[in-house]
Amino acid sequence: MLSRRNFLTAAVGVAAAGGLAACAKKDDSSSGSSSGGSKTITLGFSQVGAESGWRSANTTSVKDAAKEAGYTLKFSDAQQKQENQISAIRSYIAQKVDVIAFSPVVVTGWDAVLKEAKAAKIPVVLTDRSVETSDDSLYVTLVGSDFTDEGRRAAKMLATVVEKAGLKGTVKIAQLEGTTGAAPAIERAKGFKEVMDADHADDWKIVVSQTGDFTRAGGKQVMAAFLQSNPDINVLFAHNDDMAIGAIQSIEAAGKKPGKDILIVSIDGVKDGFVAMSEGKINGIVECNPLLGPQLMDVVKKVHEGETVERWIKTKEGDYLQDQAKAELPNRKY
Amino acid sequence: MTTTSRWRALTHHQLFWPVAVLILLLLVNVPFTPDFFSVKMTDGHLYGSLVSIVLFGSPLILVAVGMTLVIATGGIDLSVGAVVAITGALTCSYISDQADQGALSGVLLAMGLGLLAAVVCGLWNGFLVARMGIQPIIATLIIMVAGRGVAQFITDGQIITINSEPYKLIGGGYWLTLPFSIFVVAVVVAVTVALTRRTALGLLVESVGGNAEASRLVGIRSSRIKIMVYVFCALCAGIAGLMISSNTSAADGNNAGLWIELDAILAVVIGGTSLLGGRFSIGGTVVGALVIQTLTTTIYTIGVPTQTNLVFKAAVVIVVCLLQSPKFRAKVFGAKFGARFGARGSARPAAAPADPAPPADAAPKMEVS
Repeated sequence: MLSRRNFLTAAVGVAAAGGLAACAKKDDSSSGSSSGGSKTITLGFSQVGAESGWRSANTTSVKDAAKEAGYTLKFSDAQQKQENQISAIRSYIAQKVDVIAFSPVVVTGWDAVLKEAKAAKIPVVLTDRSVETSDDSLYVTLVGSDFTDEGRRAAKMLATVVEKAGLKGTVKIAQLEGTTGAAPAIERAKGFKEVMDADHADDWKIVVSQTGDFTRAGGKQVMAAFLQSNPDINVLFAHNDDMAIGAIQSIEAAGKKPGKDILIVSIDGVKDGFVAMSEGKINGIVECNPLLGPQLMDVVKKVHEGETVERWIKTKEGDYLQDQAKAELPNRKY
Repeated sequence: MTTTSRWRALTHHQLFWPVAVLILLLLVNVPFTPDFFSVKMTDGHLYGSLVSIVLFGSPLILVAVGMTLVIATGGIDLSVGAVVAITGALTCSYISDQADQGALSGVLLAMGLGLLAAVVCGLWNGFLVARMGIQPIIATLIIMVAGRGVAQFITDGQIITINSEPYKLIGGGYWLTLPFSIFVVAVVVAVTVALTRRTALGLLVESVGGNAEASRLVGIRSSRIKIMVYVFCALCAGIAGLMISSNTSAADGNNAGLWIELDAILAVVIGGTSLLGGRFSIGGTVVGALVIQTLTTTIYTIGVPTQTNLVFKAAVVIVVCLLQSPKFRAKVFGAKFGARFGARGSARPAAAPADPAPPADAAPKMEVS
């Protein structure tokens, strides 16, 4: 009980400190003017939360990049709640920051607060996820990944992997989908299927597809069932690394060799994924890069100076095959 | 005994319908997985669908067994999923800090720490329910919500991956060719049955669930019994948490044990324990948990489209619950399969959610099959 109380006290303390930090005024920064780049830029950033390792890496990247660029960063964590995010954005407007950036928790419901920002002449940049608005002028640009393209890249990578492995005959694919209804799950499946139907309609077949909820435990359990019902599966396409890592354990329990008997392609590029790939258990990883801090700071500078930027700035992402795994592993920060 | 009376005794056994559904579900898999029932040796351990079902179902069985006793006292524990996450997070983060992750002493200490945290959660729940008189659903909601935050706090929002052979045993390893978790479950179930059915403890639990105030007046320490069942439930959840994190060799504060409380409550209900409290069946709960795990496996193997997973699950659960209701059976199948209220104590059909019978009057004669 004591530890719980201590924790709660600590949590309250942290929350209060965060609130104070967000309220702290920085008077030397220019106030919402988009003219000069001589003064320090103040950036208000509202993060979704800390729901995954990917997200934590994303947060660290933004914080580090802001420090490096010499911007004043006002950071707030919305703890997965839209109302927190809206109040954070309102406080940034009240503080007259130069640019507001945020990763929207949900897709809709942003019109009112974004109109307030527009009225205050503060440009808004979205990161990672998009929003649906009635008025496109409410935000300047989106810096983030293209999930559909990740699916396409995964399919193209699989073609290379299959060729390298010398796999003959029908490619029987098991697909581990992300959380049902989540944008990355829908779009990755869509992109993959697009390329498959266009280039490999005859020799590729998705024999089973089921959600593993983006988790290791899910991937493991679903793959165990797949291997029973379809023992002839020879390829696994997982919507994220964690599910692939779980599935690898099931493949091994079934007495098969992941990466050899069953070729594996996954998306994300987290550290543990690269560890598995360097051990030869994953054949290819399509990166979904959370380290978009530097790119974001670039865009913020351009937007602040009034330059026009593209509507969607896609994050720089790589495709990694097994032979690159060992070299890339030390660079993985998350 | 004539054949008909034997049949009647069988269909009136409280475990008949859950077991029937379990067998039916297993059979559904056969057309989709031809060698569904075959179990073969792979890498020195048994491998097959049935082994997978028991292996992946173990944590749910444990949580559900703990939940059964809580529900028998008329309570409910929503915090088990969070306790699963906390235990896994604490244990894995302790192991990951060790220089030698494979050292047995370190692993045991880590597991002890994790289970201690679980017990603390249970004490907290029991304290709120029994001493402060807070409604169980509200009292345990606190840890359900806050506990996951604690787990994330421990893991720093990351998934902690560990590489520890001894720790891998409890949830993912094999012993005597069988998954080790089966032995853990067997021990916990055996101990629970022995304590509740070979001693007066089970009777006391049911008495508290039937009427806490009356129990107190006849000299039963109701609140102490209640605290005990919440601690036991949390401990079971803690062991399940060790299993889940050990199974994937990783602690995921966000997702470990997510919604397991609901599956556990469902397992308890399928097993024939009344949510009103006052009586319980550990054997029924084990069957109930296996039904849920088999259902999950079935969904994966028969190719239900992802979007309709939950609809399929819901349909099966509704059918099971209806079959459990004596009133429903009497209406649909006629008196033969229906309830014969009070006709024979031991053959009395299990209480389903729809069963309005007052719980306290039932003779607590639930044997484990």
